[in-house]
Amino acid sequence: MRFKKIFRIKPDSSALLMLIAMMFAFSLMSPFFLTFGNFQIVLQPIPEIALVAIGVTILMISGEFDLSVGSVFALSPMVMVLLMSSGVPLPISMIGGLAVAALVGFVNAAITIRLGIPSFIATLGMLFMARSLTIVISGGFPPPFPRDLDLWWIVGKVDLLRVSIFWLLGIGIILGVWLRKFDFGSWIFATGGNQEAARDMGINVKLVKTTTFMLCSVLAGLAGMIQVFRIKAIVPSMGTGYELTAIAAAVIGGAALSGGIGSVVGAVIGALLIAFIENIIILTRVDANWFRFAVGAMIVIAVTINKMARDASNRSKFKDNEDE
Amino acid sequence: MSELHLSVRGLHKWYGAVHALRGLDLDIPKGQVVGLIGDNGAGKSTFIKILSGVHKQSEGQIFFEGKEAHIRKPRDAMDLGIETIYQYTAMVPEMSIARNVFIGREKRKWGIRGFGLLDQKAMAKEAMEAIADVGLHLRSADNPIKELSGGQRQGVAIARAMHFRSRMLILDEPTNHLSVKETNKVLDYVRQMREQGVTVIFISHNLHHVHEVTDRIVAFSRGEKVADLMTPDTDVTQMIDIIT
Ligand SMILES: Nc1ncnc2c1ncn2[C@@H]1O[C@H](COP(=O)(O)OP(=O)(O)O)[C@@H](O)[C@H]1O
Ligand SMILES: [Mg+2]
Repeated sequence: MRFKKIFRIKPDSSALLMLIAMMFAFSLMSPFFLTFGNFQIVLQPIPEIALVAIGVTILMISGEFDLSVGSVFALSPMVMVLLMSSGVPLPISMIGGLAVAALVGFVNAAITIRLGIPSFIATLGMLFMARSLTIVISGGFPPPFPRDLDLWWIVGKVDLLRVSIFWLLGIGIILGVWLRKFDFGSWIFATGGNQEAARDMGINVKLVKTTTFMLCSVLAGLAGMIQVFRIKAIVPSMGTGYELTAIAAAVIGGAALSGGIGSVVGAVIGALLIAFIENIIILTRVDANWFRFAVGAMIVIAVTINKMARDASNRSKFKDNEDE
Repeated sequence: MSELHLSVRGLHKWYGAVHALRGLDLDIPKGQVVGLIGDNGAGKSTFIKILSGVHKQSEGQIFFEGKEAHIRKPRDAMDLGIETIYQYTAMVPEMSIARNVFIGREKRKWGIRGFGLLDQKAMAKEAMEAIADVGLHLRSADNPIKELSGGQRQGVAIARAMHFRSRMLILDEPTNHLSVKETNKVLDYVRQMREQGVTVIFISHNLHHVHEVTDRIVAFSRGEKVADLMTPDTDVTQMIDIIT
């Protein structure tokens, strides 16, 4: 009963339990795992994949899907770097890059909603188109990254961390509160949970989905920019395969493919879990090719736990609801 | 006859080549409980979807309390005081009872519609009151809808309609998939609405139910109105003859 209650309140609690169990197991497997130095290494790239995963999760909650985030992860910073190298100031270049990402999201939404094409297919097309565009506009060569930029405010080091982790925290908290405590957040859950009901009860589901598609793309673009700032270089192939990692993080974090279920915290936990798995494989010198196997197993385990928790809560159906 | 609540004139609806509604004329006075009967595909759902803003008529006019009404989206219908209990359960199973009662019409502590901070306490409290008002007693408004039985869900749908001061309640086959006990409860709700002076359009395949709770019976066949009788002037046998 209590067990059931916990799962009912937080769909991401199974991911949290897995994270704790995993941390415990990993700390036994390697004495270096639970050290600050190690956490520094693991956490540095986390904001990038976690931001993509948050966007994908919110889009999945609204009942849609985006396979083009890995390509937007490259296209958006490529636009920014090209603008900068033609003399445009950094803030305006960033806005330019993010505007392109927003446009990609808008086109994804338009193809899905207006033409009625499943988002899986629409964004698969966009995956190829956006990647191709990235290579075409770069002219085939990675453009030089401007050296003399002040980037402390986004990727500077604070002790063991990067400033970008605070960007992730800030954006995560804002979006988490927006999802749970604001009316629009409620509409996102309603649209994914039962689109027909949401529409018939007066929610503009097209507006909701257009918003989540655009938000997802913009977060992917921003994440790509953060990676470019951190590495101080850009290659047109960056972010290849990130769409699958982000979807894996979202699903491990409790998001359901059918829509209407998921959370920001879950997405971040999912991203952390994947990063920790990669980390322990390196620390214990296991053949690195086991990484994908472990992530795959994690997806299956997470989905199974979530399904069992949901079934358990369904079994108690209305027995304990009627008060008479 | 009392004041007219709803009039429709020459209502047509085409879905592509399908002519689902063929020039419907209908007047409904305030407070009347009208039963809408007819075979599958007769156009009953099409008619109520036009009234509730889900579909737009292809031709024809709708008058509400004497004034022409242009219903383009569900919110237009809601603003007129039309609440609909759909053939399917218009609820989001994963969301709480309170959120389902206020879905699309959330109470805000702060902000404007679309960017408003939810007033979850007030929504939970008012949802429980609304549910109690229709005679349903549930433990907590925070529980998800999926934990309720079909009848309980329909009760919540009716509570939702009543909470928003419905002046015209439309029920499209609300007793499908319900147990006998739950069905009786829904019929009781309809009687309650009648006592409160709410205009009701009640659609059901069960002609006994329609005969039990309505004042008047309108029959559709292939998109046309084929009969319009006061309930006491007819019986179930005659109703069966009309629609077959
Ligand atoms: N959304 C739709 N698109 C196309 N045809 C529809 C749609 N809804 C209903 N129809 C058709 O319109 C006719 C009337 O259907 P409907 O109004 O649902 O009838 P009823 O509710 O009386 O069973 C049927 O022939 C049905 O197939
Ligand atoms: Mg119907």
